[in-house]
Amino acid sequence: MRYGTTASACAAVIRRDLLLTWRRRGDALNPVLFALIVVVLFPLALGPEPNQLARIAAGIVFVAILIAGLLALDTLFRADYDDGTLEQLVLSPHPLPLLLAGKIFVHWLTTAVPLILAAPLLAGMLFLPRSVLPVLLCALALATPLLSLLGAVCVALTVGMRRSGMLLALLVLPLYVPVLIFAAGACEAAQAGLPFIAPLLWLGAALAMALVLAPLACAAALRISIS
Amino acid sequence: MNTLTLWFHKFGSPPTFYRVSGLLTPWLYAAALVFAAIGLYGGLVLAPPDYQQSDAYRIIFVHVPCAWMSLFAYFFMAVNAFIALVWRIKISETLAMASAPVGAAFTAITLATGAIWGKPMWGTWWTWDARLTSELVLLFLYLGVIGLYHAIEDRRQAARAAAFLALIGVVNVPIVHFSVKWWNTLHQGSTVRLFGPSAIDSSMLWPLLLLALATHIWFFASLFARARVSLLELESGKDWARADALPTGAAHE
Repeated sequence: MRYGTTASACAAVIRRDLLLTWRRRGDALNPVLFALIVVVLFPLALGPEPNQLARIAAGIVFVAILIAGLLALDTLFRADYDDGTLEQLVLSPHPLPLLLAGKIFVHWLTTAVPLILAAPLLAGMLFLPRSVLPVLLCALALATPLLSLLGAVCVALTVGMRRSGMLLALLVLPLYVPVLIFAAGACEAAQAGLPFIAPLLWLGAALAMALVLAPLACAAALRISIS
Repeated sequence: MNTLTLWFHKFGSPPTFYRVSGLLTPWLYAAALVFAAIGLYGGLVLAPPDYQQSDAYRIIFVHVPCAWMSLFAYFFMAVNAFIALVWRIKISETLAMASAPVGAAFTAITLATGAIWGKPMWGTWWTWDARLTSELVLLFLYLGVIGLYHAIEDRRQAARAAAFLALIGVVNVPIVHFSVKWWNTLHQGSTVRLFGPSAIDSSMLWPLLLLALATHIWFFASLFARARVSLLELESGKDWARADALPTGAAHE
């Protein structure tokens, strides 16, 4: 029996996931709506004072996007686990980390990128100064793939469970703490007129490392959960 | 096979471990209590009050050993998790999972005593300082390991998944520590050093070290007690476990 090349297998995984998302394209908007609702709640709770909101705007946008991503994580493997596709991926002769990297990439593309595109709107609602917006977008572009990669490792550990929501939050939170500190730190520094390059570079370094290591860890975790 | 490897293999087999740890546990508990009593007497009665903080500093005799133990227990858990994942040794899985609740308890005590000390000294129960935050994240890591272990039905698969999470945590702890250090720092630096002179008077140092020894021994006593119970559960189908757990005579009906 002949198998296709690894590249064609990865392409097939990516094409399939994109197609599945496209067929249910209404679902892709859910994280954005969720983040929007969270952001709307803050002025209602804290009062509409523009100066006060502007001071904490970047942090709120980050936390809202982080929680939206956390809730979306569950969909990464859920459907594939239920219909047995995930077992076939694990059994396939191609390197599992590469296939998973493809899945994580599509998941990031369909859940995180809409959030990044919505970020200017969210920041505008909270009166974030216009000059900070590029830094916010830059930090988001570096931080969201990192969140997806780290989250994928934890999802892989909880994949067989029925109700994993709260547990997943507990597993993921310690991993998200440094990302949040650096990403929000960059925006805070930019808002205060201080140099903001260092935290962004840290994020980039972490992303480079996670790109290599997280798919491997994710594959190892998945092999433990499906055995 | 030399004696050391033989001993290692023997201690790694559940029946032998169960028997030997059963013999050791009461002695370890007793030793821990004796050392802790002497250490507490030395710390609370014999040691002089601090020139700045007067008697309030005495909480370090509980706080600092527990803080050391919270890291030691994590390190111990991670080493056993690594052994469990690489060589699939059942005892290591059990030990790694048994050390998680003990370590979590030490971490919780560290946070609680720190808060009690912080109220009169810093004027607040809690501050978002680097060390406090990383200790809190450490507690979340422990709770994550415990939660994952109890969420999966199959015991051995649960232990492997939780062990993997513990290993991820090992990479994460220093990253969290340095990121929050960069973020905010108020907590004082270390005063006890392994190399070079410590910045603490010897009348305060010896009770501290004795209490650190006591908490280490207590950790192992508590660890063995927990590991024995989960071993009995895990091996409940085996002859030795039945013979041990059931009253004599009932084992071979």
